[in-house]
Amino acid sequence: MLLIKCPWCGDRAETEFSYGGEAGISRPAEPDALSDAEWADYLFMRSNPRGAHRELWNHSQGCRRWFGVERDTVTYRIAGSYQLSPETTD
Amino acid sequence: MKYSAFSLLKNALSHNRNWREAWRSPEPKKKYDVIIVGGGGHGLATAYYLAKEHGVRNVAVLEKGWIGGGNTGRNTTIVRSNYLWTEASLLYEKSMKLWEGLSQDLNYNVMFSQRGVYNLGHTLQDMRDIERRVNANRLNGIDAEIVDAAQIRKSIPYINTSPDARYPIIGASLQRRAGVARHDAVAWGFARAANKLGVDIIEQCEVTGINRTGSRATGVETSRGTIEADKIGVVVAGHASVLGSMADLRLPVESHPLQAYVSEPLKPVLDTVIMSNAVHGYISQSDKGELVIGAGIDAYLGYGQRGSFPTIEHAMQAILELFPIFSRVRMLRMWGGIVDVCPDACPIISKTPVDGLYFNCGWGTGGFKATPGSGWVFAHTIAQDRPHELNAPFDLRRFETGALIDEHGAAAVAH
Repeated sequence: MLLIKCPWCGDRAETEFSYGGEAGISRPAEPDALSDAEWADYLFMRSNPRGAHRELWNHSQGCRRWFGVERDTVTYRIAGSYQLSPETTD
Repeated sequence: MKYSAFSLLKNALSHNRNWREAWRSPEPKKKYDVIIVGGGGHGLATAYYLAKEHGVRNVAVLEKGWIGGGNTGRNTTIVRSNYLWTEASLLYEKSMKLWEGLSQDLNYNVMFSQRGVYNLGHTLQDMRDIERRVNANRLNGIDAEIVDAAQIRKSIPYINTSPDARYPIIGASLQRRAGVARHDAVAWGFARAANKLGVDIIEQCEVTGINRTGSRATGVETSRGTIEADKIGVVVAGHASVLGSMADLRLPVESHPLQAYVSEPLKPVLDTVIMSNAVHGYISQSDKGELVIGAGIDAYLGYGQRGSFPTIEHAMQAILELFPIFSRVRMLRMWGGIVDVCPDACPIISKTPVDGLYFNCGWGTGGFKATPGSGWVFAHTIAQDRPHELNAPFDLRRFETGALIDEHGAAAVAH
């Protein structure tokens, strides 16, 4: 069971949270200007690293706010949680 | 040595001291025509069909662990071909046809047992989806039928078909040709058969880099030195992105742990395979008597070969919803495999932007059933440097063109 720290509510069990995928993927400002390959990269391609990973979580059974977590994808050790900047998802 | 009743008898007379190893453990050569990265079922099948169907015998299979130690030995052994979309169902049906002759072909008993697979429907919408899928299957020449709750109760006396259940069983699709196979026998059988055709199976050999000259792949760096190759086929399941990054290739997959469990052995109680999308569990009974139970994936990205506790609880709830009789059965073992999940829940069996580099990945939670067919089309793709018509729709470029094959939720269960 992961113990995840919500920046607003503190440490909570993983069952209170929903996973939101890789952090830092911002919607392109001008989608029309992208090639099909660039759009596919934004939409589908993921870094999927073995090791440190910055990812989005939502405290869906609590305060329902989104935040970021840095977690190791092999050991599952969580380095820390952080509030997202208003402009990006990182 | 060919396995037969005669060889059994002959070796019994010499007290079974003279059995040979099933495959050699050679030192890697400097160069191969084809290197297959990943000694799971799909990789071994690829090597086997390269040698058998295409005459390409100077082949090495590089496995970082041991044969049968990865996802091939970590699944719930279910084989079926009742997918919704034509592209997917034809690919899985190719595999099914190979399964039906596989033990004879490999001279190895993979214990393929066509005991049928039921995909349960619990709501009116489930049943509509099932009818649509069964009709699609039949249009594609794949056996499928719809059964109602009374027929299910007759065939599977212990399942809870009470209308008072929290998720009442209304009916199911049934594919009678579907079933199970012994998963590690599949790995061993393909390894032995490939070895016999001259393929080098090299265990304890981890690939750490992919060498390129210009836009062409030329070989791999491994924990046992550099090995050159004209062509490299990568089929490493959950670690596809790790291998992809070695060639600056970004893939649309994410890796998650998928869990399974076996119980203590019981007397025969379940002679078929039950899958339920709504409560999300699947169960069969092995020939040893263990209940084999599959769960869903952990929601978050992970490479740890173990699953989370909430997922265990969820899987057990699902099984007890269907089979209250199993409430006192104890689980013996649980394990996790790392599966690479594609956005459209379909695999990528494809050439890549790097010449001579081929990827077979993204099977997600449903790769085992496809083992022979996956190897068969991947061998064709590598040998001919172009996909077979069966795997042409599963090209990596479909994520650019938008021609996705949306099996998520459309398949019989979330795989």
